[in-house]
Amino acid sequence: MTDELRLRFPLTDPDALRSLRAGQRLRIDGQVIGIRDATQIAMFDRGQKPTMSLTGAALIHTAPNVRKLADGRYEKICIGTTTSARMNRFTRGLLAQYGARAIIGKGGLLADSLPVLREFGGVYLAICGGAAALETTQIEAIEDVEFEELLPECLWKFRVREFGPLIVAMDAHGNSLYETVRDEARRKLEELSARF
Amino acid sequence: MPTNQTPPASARESVADAVYAAVEEAAGECYVRALKELPPDVKAALRGARDSETDPTGRVLLDIMAENIAVAERDSNLVCQDTGTVVFWLEVGEDCALNLAKVTAAVSAGIARATLEHSLRPNAVHPVTRQNTHTNTGRHLPVMHYEFVTGSAEIPGDALKLHCLPKGSGSENMSFLKMLIPADGVQGVKRFILECVVEAGPKPCPPTVVGVGLGGTSDLCTALAKKAVLRPLGSHSDDPVIAALEDELFAAANELGIGPMGLGGSNTVLGVHIEHADTHITQNPVAVNLQCWAARRSSALVTPDGHVTYGF
Repeated sequence: MTDELRLRFPLTDPDALRSLRAGQRLRIDGQVIGIRDATQIAMFDRGQKPTMSLTGAALIHTAPNVRKLADGRYEKICIGTTTSARMNRFTRGLLAQYGARAIIGKGGLLADSLPVLREFGGVYLAICGGAAALETTQIEAIEDVEFEELLPECLWKFRVREFGPLIVAMDAHGNSLYETVRDEARRKLEELSARF
Repeated sequence: MPTNQTPPASARESVADAVYAAVEEAAGECYVRALKELPPDVKAALRGARDSETDPTGRVLLDIMAENIAVAERDSNLVCQDTGTVVFWLEVGEDCALNLAKVTAAVSAGIARATLEHSLRPNAVHPVTRQNTHTNTGRHLPVMHYEFVTGSAEIPGDALKLHCLPKGSGSENMSFLKMLIPADGVQGVKRFILECVVEAGPKPCPPTVVGVGLGGTSDLCTALAKKAVLRPLGSHSDDPVIAALEDELFAAANELGIGPMGLGGSNTVLGVHIEHADTHITQNPVAVNLQCWAARRSSALVTPDGHVTYGF
């Protein structure tokens, strides 16, 4: 689609995402790093440091269906995206300590992540939840894995091509589509209640 | 051996074992089928949503959902990566002579086998240690509900029908129960159901199926909300008062503007299904169980000769 931007990760310029605005659509090439509840609990609550670089990375909230091959590598079966809000408290650590810049997920981060995105020039990119069969076709390979003991909640390095479309749902300027939609839904709820 | 003679116990045993083997096979097959192909009523409802959606981003997302359904069928892959918590709703015919303890064990064995054979993501963990069983079965899992049916046109009296609902966590985490009181009235019921849809917002992957349990006790009410999710889209309660409430809430929920994936739009829910029970004079419990747009379910009718008929 012509109105979709294309971005390559990991970023070479840490400020590259500051120009994005909520509502824009884009696709990603290069690398996306899979991360999940247990992965981040290990990293931040138990202080386990991965060797994989997350600098300039696009992270995705996922725990994939995979098959382990005889040579120890993993083959994709079905890879999709989970609800992000559960992992909201790790946003600052991921951007400040590890240098990540984009978080891909569904359902959004909470409003208290907006100042963190602003401070570090980060964005939250919404993917269509539940569309895992399609998402899997856009992942070319699983290139690396760490924290294997947390299977399926490991740290995964995926190579992707035309990954998306993704929607800029929270930008580095304090905008969140989720906040806008929720405020309107709450207003509408009061209007509907008055009619009952 | 004369044909009118009762077969020896060992022969009866082997016939019975064949039925339980069929139940095991059917349970595993049901699980895999549900994960790969959405029911026709769900696909039709999503097409209808695409046609009526007013928001451009909402239309893009509904197009992705349609494309994803097609890719899953083409590649024989899972619609969604979340293989869920496995819930079974069993309808047992009035003359069904199967041993339900053995049926339960067979269903569990079928799920464990399908999980390993198809490399399905294992989700079942201990609630404190978070130790994964790696089979999608475990203590009290799969969740088993039994319902005894009489005079069903669809289920022969001696048969058993398995309904499999792999429940994704994104939508299951959006489950609600409120013990309303009589003074809250039907207005309180309506408001609570809509509040749940607003509170859940983008998290359960809208447009959702809103499963509602109304009445009964807290435990029955939440189970009825789950049963409501299993109903095909487009179906209504057989009670006209409840059916009217379903229609009113469907229209109201779609005025909330939450839209596909909660990014705004005119399609927030695909249906509102209410299953009700009579309740206590002092109570009016309401439970809401949301189901994502990838509303997966499948069924298998098992007859005593071990014959299995699959459906949605």
